[in-house]
Amino acid sequence: MASPMRIRAAVKDGVTEVRVLMAHAMETGQRKDSSGAPIPAHFITELNAKHNDKVVLSAQFGPSVSTNPYLAFKFNGGAKGDKLSVSWTDNKGDSRTDEVQVA
Amino acid sequence: MNHQRRDALKAGGGLGVLGLLAAAGMIRPELAQAAWNKEAFDAKTMDAAFSAMGAGKPGESADVQITAPDIAENGAVVPVGVVSNLPKTEQIAIMIEKNPNMLAATFTLPEGTAADVQTRVKMGQTSDIYAIVKADGKFYMAKKEVKVTLGGCGG
Repeated sequence: MASPMRIRAAVKDGVTEVRVLMAHAMETGQRKDSSGAPIPAHFITELNAKHNDKVVLSAQFGPSVSTNPYLAFKFNGGAKGDKLSVSWTDNKGDSRTDEVQVA
Repeated sequence: MNHQRRDALKAGGGLGVLGLLAAAGMIRPELAQAAWNKEAFDAKTMDAAFSAMGAGKPGESADVQITAPDIAENGAVVPVGVVSNLPKTEQIAIMIEKNPNMLAATFTLPEGTAADVQTRVKMGQTSDIYAIVKADGKFYMAKKEVKVTLGGCGG
């Protein structure tokens, strides 16, 4: 199971700013290990962020996104204590969902 | 002695490849990622990626801004931000022209979400970064060159 994400969500003047740091190898499939065998690609493909139950951002990633991907975005609305959840799925079918309260 | 060792290495390498095939080909859960735009992410040319996204040939727009360093010391972690001032921006994509897979990420923005995203990408070498924005059904783009002193792909 993958490590937890670090999520910060803070509301200011009616706009909620969300910052997410995911823990993921984001292996491109281009690299080779010490014996010369290619390391298989392993990266996050899809990500969804929800405010309460409304989707506020959906993203698709390719292998060019850096290791331990970082993502920041803003949406209108949100209040202190609201639920914000982020979930991702990678190309091997692993997934993870983490949830925080808007601060 | 040496000869045997080589054979053993070869046998080991062969097993490794089989393992890779199993991991990469057969157990891949295609169904789970049906929505992922494989064609666009696998595209090897900018034009192919544009057409896989249905973007055609986007025109450059001053309302699309890319925030990225002029020089990235470490290509493995290049911060990139895209801001669109176009009304009804519904999608933002980040592409790196000289990476093996150009399309890095696409973001779909529902109403109420600001057209302002930031992430980090890998860059194999000095290249133009493209931001493709879909606003009100039309595609626009902007580009910015980032010089990389140490590549983040391969190696």
